[in-house]
Amino acid sequence: MATTLPMAGTTAQVNLAGLAKNDYRGAPTTLCQGCGHNSIANQIISALFEMNVVPENVVKFSGIGCSSKSPTYFLNRSFGFNGLHGRMPSVATGALFGDQFLKGIGVSGDGDSASIGMGQFKHIVRRNVNMVYIIENNGVYGLTKGQFSATAEVGLKLKKQGTNEYMPVDICMEALASNATFVARSFAGNPKQVKELLKAALSHNGLAVLDIVSPCVTFNNQDTAFHSYTWGKDHEEPLHNITYVAPRNEIILEEEMKEGEVREVTMHDGSVVILKNLDKDYNPTSRFEALRVMEEAERNGWLVTGLLYVDTSKPSLTEMYNLVDAPLNRLGDADLRPAPDMMDKVNALMF
Amino acid sequence: MASKVVNDFSIIVGTVNGSGSSTANNTILRALFKMGIPVSGKNLFPSNIQGLPTWYTIRISKDGFTARRDEQEIVVAMNPASFARDLASVVPGGAFFYADDIKQPITRADIAAYPMPVKQIVKSDPNVPSDYRDLVGNMVYVGVLATMLGISLDAIQAALNFHFKGKQKPIDMNFNTVKAAAEWAKANLEKKDPFHVEAMNKTEGMIMADGNTAAAIGSIFGGIQFAAWYPITPASSLAESLNEYLPELRKREDGKHTYAVVQAEDELAAIGMAIGAGWSGLRSMTSTSGPGLSLMTEFAGLAYYTEVPIVVWDVQRIGPSTGLPTRTSQGDLTFVNFMGHGDTQQIILLPGNVNECFEFGWRAFDVAEHMQTPVFVLSDLDMGMNQWMSRPFEYPKTPMDRGKVIWEQDLEELKGNWGRYLDKDGDGVPYRTVPGNKSPLSAYFTRGTGHDEYAKYSEEAPVWHRNMERLKKKYNTARAYVPKPVLHPMKGATVGIIGFGSTEAAILEAQHQLAAEHNIKADFLRVRAVPFTKEIEAFIKQYDEVFVVEMDRDGQLNQLLTIEYPEHAMRFKSVAFGDGMPASARWVREGILAKFETVKPSAAKKAAKTAAAARPALNKAEASRKEAKLKKTATKTKPAGKTSKGKKQEANRSR
Repeated sequence: MATTLPMAGTTAQVNLAGLAKNDYRGAPTTLCQGCGHNSIANQIISALFEMNVVPENVVKFSGIGCSSKSPTYFLNRSFGFNGLHGRMPSVATGALFGDQFLKGIGVSGDGDSASIGMGQFKHIVRRNVNMVYIIENNGVYGLTKGQFSATAEVGLKLKKQGTNEYMPVDICMEALASNATFVARSFAGNPKQVKELLKAALSHNGLAVLDIVSPCVTFNNQDTAFHSYTWGKDHEEPLHNITYVAPRNEIILEEEMKEGEVREVTMHDGSVVILKNLDKDYNPTSRFEALRVMEEAERNGWLVTGLLYVDTSKPSLTEMYNLVDAPLNRLGDADLRPAPDMMDKVNALMF
Repeated sequence: MASKVVNDFSIIVGTVNGSGSSTANNTILRALFKMGIPVSGKNLFPSNIQGLPTWYTIRISKDGFTARRDEQEIVVAMNPASFARDLASVVPGGAFFYADDIKQPITRADIAAYPMPVKQIVKSDPNVPSDYRDLVGNMVYVGVLATMLGISLDAIQAALNFHFKGKQKPIDMNFNTVKAAAEWAKANLEKKDPFHVEAMNKTEGMIMADGNTAAAIGSIFGGIQFAAWYPITPASSLAESLNEYLPELRKREDGKHTYAVVQAEDELAAIGMAIGAGWSGLRSMTSTSGPGLSLMTEFAGLAYYTEVPIVVWDVQRIGPSTGLPTRTSQGDLTFVNFMGHGDTQQIILLPGNVNECFEFGWRAFDVAEHMQTPVFVLSDLDMGMNQWMSRPFEYPKTPMDRGKVIWEQDLEELKGNWGRYLDKDGDGVPYRTVPGNKSPLSAYFTRGTGHDEYAKYSEEAPVWHRNMERLKKKYNTARAYVPKPVLHPMKGATVGIIGFGSTEAAILEAQHQLAAEHNIKADFLRVRAVPFTKEIEAFIKQYDEVFVVEMDRDGQLNQLLTIEYPEHAMRFKSVAFGDGMPASARWVREGILAKFETVKPSAAKKAAKTAAAARPALNKAEASRKEAKLKKTATKTKPAGKTSKGKKQEANRSR
């Protein structure tokens, strides 16, 4: 266990990793005041702190856009790679081969993942790379000052842009269609749910898609817009109350929850995600149900949130490759260069 | 019949693409190699899976010249669609073998024509199943050529044994057809042409391989850990060879893998993954060709600016655009040199033969990790996909150079005195950490945006400028680390030739011909890397005329040399040509003759003297600069127009 102590003179609590919450923070945000992305960054900090994750075991990724700036606002002690617009998935896919014991956290946006990066997004989903893939979804290009994104709803009016006439892309639908093993939707205005879903996603062995509606207070926060705080608050339909329980605290479960009201999903690491049913009896292990619920929400104009789908049985990408027990990036000549006698064998084959 | 010609001619086989003739062609090639005769084989194939005409040429050269020849003495016609063209392509006095079911007239009396009862011979063997008859039918010309040229049946059997990896059933089936055809030819054909092969000992200790296989195996001996790729002709077989050889060459007792090869969804993703892996500390690569390279451009700039080591193999085909996907070229040189927007300078390695494809396979990782930058290795279709004789691959003499990677203990010793882009050593190459490092001091944030020495975001003008100047310094540091050029001297040389890559064989042959037939003595320097090393300038300075030979339209190496050495620009004579065909000695020779400006006899003599004196000083740039200066005053070329000698050479060329 790490032995880093909190700074002298502070009263900060330390977690089981011996770290204070400050050890999970990043640089001060440069995004707009009230931006949903800042709230999400804070929940990432809280989730990792509460889960006792050592920052050195996490790698951050992003593409280009407002969302993609946010990895600098959390986890200063983690490596990060802010790559190209729409190409976060490929960089993350390769990078996580370097040390297969690291967990990736990627932060992308609706422009980055649903427009320019749609291809890479769908392919990282089908490869089940071991990372949390957050899409901070606001239906608009913020950094270039307010153009429509591919998730903007039909009829959305934006200053300078006019009215959006195209049908939107639904990120969760796209993820499911690409055989995602973890799909969740949340709303930046519901920080508790964001945090619990983040914890579940971090425990998932494979790619966890987290589509978080995160209003853009500067360019797309009209009360009637789908990606606004007001609309989200009024139309959010949580599927369940979600609670993440770390592997050691299983006892609490039995006391609090009655059978029949809850669904439990046991994650790869032994942790449990408890989904307390609201009015719908929702089974998140059924793809069919997930698609049905999303279709229903679409027709009724609901922002359905919660864990839409999870499959804990599939191997993650690096597991498919049957890698050695040590991180690949710690291997040297002895493991990587064939012995000299192999040279003669190779030459004998070349005829 | 003309006097006997032994081991010095070319064979071309015209077949239908997808008819399975490659086994037959490779069998002939390997059998000749097994007989100790220098050979090379080139597949001139269409962008098509089945149906279009395709050709395979075999060059047999007792003198060891392996470049493609334009002239074909022996033509085998198996394809009705190309029959007339094949018949017309035989040199006068040559031989024409054809499948006798092709009912087309033999319109030439100046060649020896031999019909081959292909279907009849195959049908007569009850052991050949009917659905194998077309495939095995190709063995008929192998057998007929064996008899008519004198190819040893034992060597053919050895070649088949190798091809079918010892599997007796296909070996027997094919070899029986070869024998039956050889017997038939002995009984029914009368030799009317002068061409023969005879066993020699000139391939002893040599191997036979294609460049893509060599590159893959070289990468494996270079400790490759990650490759991502997307299928594209002519690069696919490089990545496929990784998949073929890695399991065997990197086998472990625990059955686990020390590498991963991922087929990506496109070239953008392929290089993206490779960059991710290189960033996280793996020896990482991708392989592609022109169109894929175009897609990789934005990422190439990112990797240059963020200083991520990766290796990119570009097996060049002719462009622009989709171009001719199955034809060769060297036309990606300037594109790769500047690959990326803004001020970008990429490091390029230029293997010139199969042996160097192996060597640069491992060395490219050393250069990339040492310099912390992408390294592009430019091969081409001719080198990558065709069979070449080669010296055996040599085990790397030096351990892997992983560059300045620091781990937990190093950081502890540095006590935090570290910045990802801090030039501590003054060579422009900073120190780097990789993910998985457990020290709380190890992490940094990599970004394609402006950053300072500590990888922090910065828009400050001096910070940007400083960083770009350091990158320039790093590029200059690389000059001492990349492979030096190879000199092929010629005694008494008065002019220079500079080339790179797969044209080596053609230039060497042309160099020989120019001396023997035109009394033009040229030293030949083969460039093996960009940035240019100091030996290149020392070479250029020795001659008033330096012919820059390459397979592209615009003379791209000539462009780069001109940018690098503007003061020597007047010496360069661009000999550039691109039509998709592998270089032949003829076009090199004719290209040089067309640009050759005759030196006055007295001046030429002096020039030869000075050049000879300057050559040993090749590594002492200062010394040779002085000598070159002397030489420049001593020799004056005629500025324009051709002397009578030049005209004579032109006349020879058009002969």
